Amino acid sequence: MKVLVAVKRVVDYNVKVRVKPDQSGVDLANVKMSMNPFCEIAVEEAVRLKERGIASEIVAVSVGPAAAQEQLRTALALGADRAILVETDEELGSLAVAKLLKAVVDKEQPQLVITGKQAIDSDNNQTGQMLAALTGYAQGTFASKVEQAGDKLKVTREIDGGLQTLELSLPAIVTTDLRLNEPRYASLPNIMKAKKKPLETVKPADLGVSVASTLKVLKVEAPAERQAGIKVGSVAELVEKLKNEAKVI
Amino acid sequence: MATLVIAEHDNAALAAATLNTVAAAQAIGGDIHVLVAGQQCAAVAEAAAKIAGVSKVLVADDAAYGHLLAENVAPLIAGLAQGYSHVLAPASTNGKNYLPRVAALLDVEQISEIVAVESPDTFKRPIYAGNAIATVQSSAPIKVISVRATAFDPVAGEGGSAAIEGVSGTGDAGTSSFVGEEIARSDRPELTSARVVISGGRGMQSGDNFKLLYALADKLGAAVGASRAAVDAGFAANDMQVGQTGKIVAPDLYVAVGISGAIQHLAGMKDSKVIVAINKDPEAPIFQVADYGLVADLFEVLPELEKQL
Repeated sequence: MKVLVAVKRVVDYNVKVRVKPDQSGVDLANVKMSMNPFCEIAVEEAVRLKERGIASEIVAVSVGPAAAQEQLRTALALGADRAILVETDEELGSLAVAKLLKAVVDKEQPQLVITGKQAIDSDNNQTGQMLAALTGYAQGTFASKVEQAGDKLKVTREIDGGLQTLELSLPAIVTTDLRLNEPRYASLPNIMKAKKKPLETVKPADLGVSVASTLKVLKVEAPAERQAGIKVGSVAELVEKLKNEAKVI
Repeated sequence: MATLVIAEHDNAALAAATLNTVAAAQAIGGDIHVLVAGQQCAAVAEAAAKIAGVSKVLVADDAAYGHLLAENVAPLIAGLAQGYSHVLAPASTNGKNYLPRVAALLDVEQISEIVAVESPDTFKRPIYAGNAIATVQSSAPIKVISVRATAFDPVAGEGGSAAIEGVSGTGDAGTSSFVGEEIARSDRPELTSARVVISGGRGMQSGDNFKLLYALADKLGAAVGASRAAVDAGFAANDMQVGQTGKIVAPDLYVAVGISGAIQHLAGMKDSKVIVAINKDPEAPIFQVADYGLVADLFEVLPELEKQL
């Protein structure tokens, strides 16, 4: 089957972000950017499906600025066959991204779309589900295991109380949880090979998708700072403080 | 203006997060209706009718809704949503699963995990693992919102007397089916609503050593959580994970044992009222947010703490 993997360029997960003084957003100038960790897991899963003979072709797609080509090259180095960049400088919401991905799905007709469960910048956790709604496909969100079962897909999901297993008709959308797999590193020869793999660029207008938004960010603030408290010297002192000062036990 | 709140439940009992979500609906204002979608969920509907401030309970009782599969419940909710200005669901794994599907069917953007209501169209939500708080305004005709339960004090679960009305949707979409589930059984309180949470990290060294935390938790009536490192190392089940990618908790007391305090973990617990850190590394970042820190070997501290309580 053909697999489409969506990846996002985000601020690296180790970076401690700073809010801009004018409260217009988070300062991303000269900050290290990477592939969203959940998207890395999505790419890895697609590559493993190909290694198991289930996937025949892997197409990586990203919606983002020209610089997101770096993340697509990473996906190619990890094992994707070709890549599509839907290039836009606007910061799009999940619905607009889902609509753009729907246009790509219509063109590519994959049997399976894998996305991360959430991007670590917007923390929305929406795009995969929205794409499933727009395409009418079944969804297997927060997946920690994906298996083929005949013409269906068996997906184990992480839910609040534990794990749940669903069977989905294909084509389907799967969003990855952290425990789905351990992503590999791209080797230098594979990075070199990835430079020769095809990377197509399209604009939202080429896809006939309007990215108008009903959501406006009025301001972005730093959260209330939590002050460091005190260090206690012994267990007895800790218990005394919790009982008499904090009154929580 | 009326708000539709989607109830969280397991077909037998109403989950506490529903009461927090109703509180968010009250902050928005207007009539509040609750939808109970499930299978043989009459008891849940009756419990929902008793929630203070709820004027109507809609019940969609159908085998297709038994496990809240998104493919089946999203069209039901989207159909009902036409009569409402707001649709709210708790940001549980269920809510996160079906609600964006509802929003896309309605062709509106969803606002995820709000922590405050500024006005009926303006909300606050954390982004970048809680390292920034965005204030967003929506001009969508129907505002579809998931609610971070720990950010809203629950309304009373008793005292209301709402009318119960049956509704039906399109039923089984036929694209997905439930195979099975493995629910972790525990006598301890539920992690997200516990008053006290004790969490272990990589410093616990083994799953066996989590017994020390369980013993302490039983003394305090606490729930036990874990950092991602502890879950990945197999010390604890993954539904115990506290953090950006796990559960968000805000108990009265959070005790972090052998947890360094990475950004991703702090995102899940830094709104706790009192934080206690027990760690042998005095430089661990967890001490920067802890009200009370104890620099010591957890294997000596935990048994002593248990003895003194």
